[in-house]
Formats: sequence, structure tokens, C-alpha cells
Amino acid sequence: MDFNNDLIASLKTEIPNGVLAVDSQTDIFTVTLERSHLIQVMAYLKTAVGFSFLTDLCGIHYPDLLSLGVVYHLHDLKNNRRIRLKTFVNQDNPVLDSVTAIFPAANWMERETYDFFGIQFENHPCLRRILNEDDMSYFPMRKEYPLEDASRTDKQDDMFGR
Amino acid sequence: MSLDKEYLTINLGPTHPATHGVFQNIIQVDGERIVSAEPTIGYIHRAFEKLAEHRPFYQITPITDRLNYCSSPINNIGWHLAVEKLLAVQTPKRVDYMRVIIMELARISDHIICNSILGVDTGAFSGFLYLFKQREFIYEIYEEICGTRLTTNIGRIGGFERDFNDIVFEKLEKFLLSFKEALEEFESLFNRNRIFMDRTIGVGKISSQMALDYGFTGPNLRATGVDYDVRVMSTYASYEDFEFDIPIGTTGDTYDRFMVRNAEMWQSLSIIRQALDKMPIGPYFADVPEFYLPPKQDVYHYMEALIYHFKVVMGEIPVPSGEIYSAVEAGNGELGFYLVSDGGRTPFRLHFRRPCFIYYQAYPKIIEGELLSDAIITLSSLNVIAGELDA
Repeated sequence: MDFNNDLIASLKTEIPNGVLAVDSQTDIFTVTLERSHLIQVMAYLKTAVGFSFLTDLCGIHYPDLLSLGVVYHLHDLKNNRRIRLKTFVNQDNPVLDSVTAIFPAANWMERETYDFFGIQFENHPCLRRILNEDDMSYFPMRKEYPLEDASRTDKQDDMFGR
Repeated sequence: MSLDKEYLTINLGPTHPATHGVFQNIIQVDGERIVSAEPTIGYIHRAFEKLAEHRPFYQITPITDRLNYCSSPINNIGWHLAVEKLLAVQTPKRVDYMRVIIMELARISDHIICNSILGVDTGAFSGFLYLFKQREFIYEIYEEICGTRLTTNIGRIGGFERDFNDIVFEKLEKFLLSFKEALEEFESLFNRNRIFMDRTIGVGKISSQMALDYGFTGPNLRATGVDYDVRVMSTYASYEDFEFDIPIGTTGDTYDRFMVRNAEMWQSLSIIRQALDKMPIGPYFADVPEFYLPPKQDVYHYMEALIYHFKVVMGEIPVPSGEIYSAVEAGNGELGFYLVSDGGRTPFRLHFRRPCFIYYQAYPKIIEGELLSDAIITLSSLNVIAGELDA
């Protein structure tokens, strides 16, 4: 707990306005970041604090808030600490800085996030679709896309409803 | 006189017999040396994360089977552990020990596939035959526990659907003896084999810094000399009760990866032995009637059991909202589940941290400047499983 408080205090002095919210109730200490300061915070966490391992990066869509989020899990392997970082962008203009320059492992993870949520990562070396086909015209993990094609009529069932 | 240099483009895959899975690499070669490689993945993408958003928790277990299908039980149990973390369920010790036995069996079967296929790729077929017989024994044990072999769907949220019977324990004892012999034989065939060593030492080398940068976990990271193991660093399923070593390598080449996996199989054997010796007596499921299906006999005779059965099957039980990240040490690295729940019957968002999806992106870097034939064995020693890669 002390470590987390110190971390937030040093983050706030180092990068004012970088931190939007802090949540210490979840399983992993969670910090919500202001998106324009993402790169600064990431670089600081990696070089000065020791969170040098990017465990995971994934997108999430909150249609009610009209926002798309990106969730980063970092790991400090030496002290065995984890941290979860979140940042949100507007779903109409989802542009975010890429962290590939800091964490090379983010390359494919960001491509996957782009592929499924349509978040444009700026300064990404090669932002192409990765798992879906190249000429797909939509981003399937967004909540507005149903699991199946809603226009299908061959599977309609009045009794149980599809 | 000067000659114009021209590279040859080779399309390795998507269904090349040497790649053991559906992935494509468009490789530029200068003679036999690789200049650049461009991987294309997604050939067997099945939208698991989207599917998971439409299924109640217990119906997601069969999806996890199909991630790394060489060690499905680890994925299943990893998923159960993730849900139990969200629901704050405490499992009895016996459940933990049973899970440890199954996960270590799965780790052995995963490493058997990787290492023996590496043997086949380097031209030694017999090791493959000896070890695959042992893999068959492991599958027979799975069959006795859960009724299936490859896509196991093993266990339930909160424990197991039935206790280990006498045949399971008998088969486990038999396996511990026979696998020890088989692995000794396998090691004597490979470890100091001149041809195998010449073929693998220094091939597909990764430095520890590069491995960490590219998000390597599991045996591939440990082969570079970093002793990161989820079983020790964020322990789960009572792994803290067992004594075991974490084998590491030094150079991170194909030979080291092979040796680390072999050493891990010995450790897994020792963990299974310890778990069998210390197996606690007690219930084989946690006391969570809201999520664990009651025994069928009770459903016919008791009203509560019938109600719970109905509620579990129809997914009518509220789930706490929140988010968790839960990870297990799978056959090829840290398999993570990032689960966001909004209190509904299905996850709001479920993301699988698939280890080989993350480390496969380093493959073009690793094989740059190497021989084409070395690229093949590097790929098989990295243990990239198409099901996990494409989710």
C-alpha cells in the first residue's frame, strides 16, 4: 500500500495531470491515465520505477460512456509487483499513442486491439489487421456488433428466440 | 564484373508440413540465409473473446480447451481459478492437489510434444515414438478423470465433478514409473547426441533482454536465464506446498529450450509424486452451491438441489461486478485471464493473455540471418501452438 501511495505521489510530481483516477480496491493496483500523457507515464514507470515487463494489453468498449479503453498490465519482475493502467478514448475518434517504442512486445498486442476495436495507435510501425482478414470493414469486438449476422432468417426460432 | 543481387521469396505455410500448425511465413532468402520474414497469422481465428461475451461462465471452459490444445487441462483450470478469484471462492486442499496433479500431467504432455517433435525435425524419429506412448498414458488418465482426451473440459468452477477413483491412482503410479524410464531413455538419446547438439546449439538464440522486451514467458524465457515462473511468483492452487526447482538455461538457444523442457518434466514428475504422497482427505469441490452443479441424485430428491441445478444451468445467479487478472503457468508461458464482469450472466469482457501470441512476434527477429533449416527447428522449439496463437 505504501509503495502504491509513494508511486502515485511521485507520478503526480513527475507528470502533473497524468493521473486521472486511482483504484486500490481491485486485485491489482489500478491507475487511470490521461491519454495525452500515456507515453510519459509509461516511460517513467519503465525506467524509473522498474515496471519493465508488459504482460498484457487489450481493448475494452463501454458503449454507454461512448468510450473505448485500453488496459495495460505491467509487471516488475524484480520486486514481483504488478500494476494495471487504463486509458480511455472517445469512440468516435479513437486515437492513442503507441507504446511500441517503450515495449516492443506491444506491437502485435496493439495490432490485435486495432483489429478488434478500431483504436488507431499513432507511431505504430505497422498498424494492420492481424487475426481478421484485411478487407474487413468493421471492428467486431465493439458491443454494437452482434455475435451472429442479425439479418439471417434461416435460424429464426419463435419459441426460444435468437 | 558485378552480379546483381536478387533475393528469393519463399512461402512457408500456411499448411507446410514442417511448421506443425497453420501459420504462414513469407521469407526472403539470400541463398540459404534468411534476410527477412513476415508472419501471417489468424488462419484459425475463432473469435473466442466475442463468443465468451455471450456465454455463462461455466460454458466458457470448453472454449479454453481450444487455446493450447496440447495442454487443455491447464487452460481449463486456469479459467476456473480466474472465476473463483472473481467470486472469492476458497477451494479445499484436496481440490488444489488434484488440480496440481492434472496440471503437471498436462505440462508433461505439452513438453513431450514440443521436445519429441523437435527431435523429429532434426531427424531423430525414435524419441518421438517412445514419448508419445507416454502421452497416450496421460490421455488415459484424463479419460478416467473426465471422460475425454484432447479437449478435456476438466473440472468445474469450485472443484471437480467427481473424485479421483482407484483406477486413476493406479494409473498415476504406473505412469510415474514408466515415464521415468522413458524420459531417461529419451535423454540418453538426445542430450549428448553429437548430431543433435551440432544441429541445435547456437540456433535461434535469444538474449534475456530481448526475451523480456518481447514479452517471453515460460520455458522460452527461462532458457535465456530468467527464472520467472508464475507458479512461484504469483502462486495458485497451493503450489507453495511443493518443493521444486525452476530449471533455467544460459544462452537461450534451441538446445537450451530443449534442456529446460526436459528438466521441467522431471520437476513435474516430482511434484506429482509429492501431491500423491500428501493428498489430503476431504471434499473434492468447494461449498458454492450457486455455481457448482449439485449431484444428480440430490436433484431428484431435494428441492434446494433442484432449484440450484436450474439456476446454475440457466445462469440466473448474480455475479459480483469487478475485474480481475488471473494467471497460470501454462505449457508455454504465462496464460492470463483478464475478466471484467458487470454483474451479468456473461463476462462483460474477457481477454486471454496467450503466451505464444506475444512471443511469436519476435520470430522474424530471431531467425534473421540464420539458415532456412534452422528457422524450422527454431519454430518448433518455441512451441507455437496455432490454436493459442489465433484464439
